[in-house]
Amino acid sequence: MAASNTTRGAVMSNGNGLEPSRLHSADAFRTASVGLQTRKLRAALSALGIMIGIAAMVGVLGLSESSKSDLLAQLDRLGTNLLTVQAGSGIGIGSGELPVEAAGMISRIGPVEQTSTISSVDVNVYKSDYVPEGQTGGITVQAVDVNLLETLAGSMADGKFLDPATATYPTAVLGSVAAERLAIHAVTGTQQIWLGGQWFTVIGVLDEFELNPDLDRAALIGLTTAEDFLDHEVVPSSVLVRANPDFIDEVTSVLSATANPQNPEEVEVARPSDALEAKEAADDAFTALFLGLGAVALLVGGVGIANVMVISVLERRSEIGLRRALGATKRHVAVQFLGEALLLSAVGGIGGIILGWAVTGVYANVKGWSVLIPPIAIGGGMAAALLIGAIAGLYPAVRAARMSPTEALRSA
Amino acid sequence: MTTGHPAPASGSDVVLSLRGVTKEYPTTPPVRALRGVDFSVTRGELVGVVGPSGSGKSTLLHIMGTLDRPTAGEVTVAGYNIDELSDKDLSALRARHIGFVFQQFHLLSGYTALDNVADGLLYTGMNVSDRRDLAHRALTRVGLGHRLGHVATKLSGGERQRVAVARALVGTPSIVLADEPTGNLDTKNSDAIVELIRQINDEGVTFVVITHNKEIAEAFPRTAGLRDGRIEYDSGRRHE
Ligand SMILES: Nc1ncnc2c1ncn2[C@@H]1O[C@H](COP(=O)(O)OP(=O)(O)O)[C@@H](O)[C@H]1O
Ligand SMILES: [Mg+2]
Repeated sequence: MAASNTTRGAVMSNGNGLEPSRLHSADAFRTASVGLQTRKLRAALSALGIMIGIAAMVGVLGLSESSKSDLLAQLDRLGTNLLTVQAGSGIGIGSGELPVEAAGMISRIGPVEQTSTISSVDVNVYKSDYVPEGQTGGITVQAVDVNLLETLAGSMADGKFLDPATATYPTAVLGSVAAERLAIHAVTGTQQIWLGGQWFTVIGVLDEFELNPDLDRAALIGLTTAEDFLDHEVVPSSVLVRANPDFIDEVTSVLSATANPQNPEEVEVARPSDALEAKEAADDAFTALFLGLGAVALLVGGVGIANVMVISVLERRSEIGLRRALGATKRHVAVQFLGEALLLSAVGGIGGIILGWAVTGVYANVKGWSVLIPPIAIGGGMAAALLIGAIAGLYPAVRAARMSPTEALRSA
Repeated sequence: MTTGHPAPASGSDVVLSLRGVTKEYPTTPPVRALRGVDFSVTRGELVGVVGPSGSGKSTLLHIMGTLDRPTAGEVTVAGYNIDELSDKDLSALRARHIGFVFQQFHLLSGYTALDNVADGLLYTGMNVSDRRDLAHRALTRVGLGHRLGHVATKLSGGERQRVAVARALVGTPSIVLADEPTGNLDTKNSDAIVELIRQINDEGVTFVVITHNKEIAEAFPRTAGLRDGRIEYDSGRRHE
């Protein structure tokens, strides 16, 4: 053969007419799975570490993604353009009241689209006039604008919210917690509560306010009702503001001075959607922690696989000797054992992804989230499992390949 | 040819030849398991190599089978001088030209008889259906045509060794090397395996059978005696 420019090995193989040993990839796969088939329990146990690690990572990433998407949906629904303007309260910082004209002045800020006044009414609420004084159940009374429901993107559990008509009569709408404490679950239109020494008809019960949980503990009455029936002087305790989302920062910066030009430092401005986002950021810290734990489990799983593979190579010396006698090259033997480690880790990886997915699914279901497993968690999880398997299998595979065939055969 | 026994009919008929083969294991102190062995086998022969335990029989078989290289001397198998072959080439040589039978059978326990035999062709690159066809034929040839689907662990010792013989034959090797093939069998099964080997040899397959059993070795057409790593005697081909 005039193959002068080929490598030495190729020249010899061609030159000596000896057809090289060959192993089809399907057969390589089969030899790699011999160990798994004949030692199923051990294989399952050694794959378990990887499985737990991958499940933790997929589950944590899935949960974090699902809850994030839930938050985004929630923010989308509630809007991020709500600002609350509140009178500072506490020693030395004001009266707890805003100037009467606060809402009017705020609504004159260009990008402000809507304002809604809330005025705390200092009276108590009872289920009936028999209930002893003092047993108020912690229910507050708030006089509110009829646009409050819309401004807070709230919803009714039952009945109706205040409208311009009912806001002038002794009618009340109950927050979700207040309704529970007063044992009013469904609105019949005839239920009455003892509010500020008068009977008020309950016309509605609210769902929880995601943007203003304080109002869940309140009985809401119309501003006019408060003036006419309770002799309440309407001074805003807070003003809710919806502004053009593109100018939130600008609006925020002028709100204090606009609401109370005399004492701007007594005004507190907040953006309730920030609180929801902050909660999510705290969750992110947990995600990182659990990812770290998952990585540790993966590492331990890798050590487990390496351990099982070393034992497997020792136990199967005679099989290695036999395969060399049947014509396997060192490479064929290495591929067999590396393949076995990869199969083990792949089984662990797939099991882990399924488990992580299931955990996410169950938890998300309970929380009412939609299940979202980021593709990176699946792809990355599988890649991590295989990488660990390859590293764990490398040393045992090389050891199996280097084993002298005669030593291997004598060991049986 | 300068071997001590009758020269083969023609050079091309020699399937195996050892010249001045020495094997020293690098232990402390070193063990000289083979000391200048000259030995050759012609196509169609059935040779029994007999020797006491520790005489170097297994070492000899490993070197004949290219599983190990000699410390000194020349080994030629199927026309290939193994000095000129890489480790990879030796694997190819074993895959295509040498069959092995071992005392411990060395079957894969979870596999059927058919798959064990088909694995004799695993590293030849032949496709699986051809491997199974040939395995089926080889099993029929050793009288196990009715045991194809039996898992190795469900077979008797005698049957297992038949499967191993079929695996050695399945690739139509130039030579089959058997190391104590009857060593784990009772007398009845041992006789049956010896009889099977004779029958297959009659069909033209070249065999070297290593044994410590003088009776078995001397019943073969040619017998060589091994002692302390040397060929003590070689009957040459007896004309029966
Ligand atoms: N790998 C080895 N390392 C050191 N000594 C060995 C090795 N293999 C065999 N021997 C020694 O070589 C001699 C021949 O062994 P062996 O070929 O197995 O003989 P037999 O098969 O006839 O019993 C014995 O003394 C044995 O202890
Ligand atoms: Mg021996």
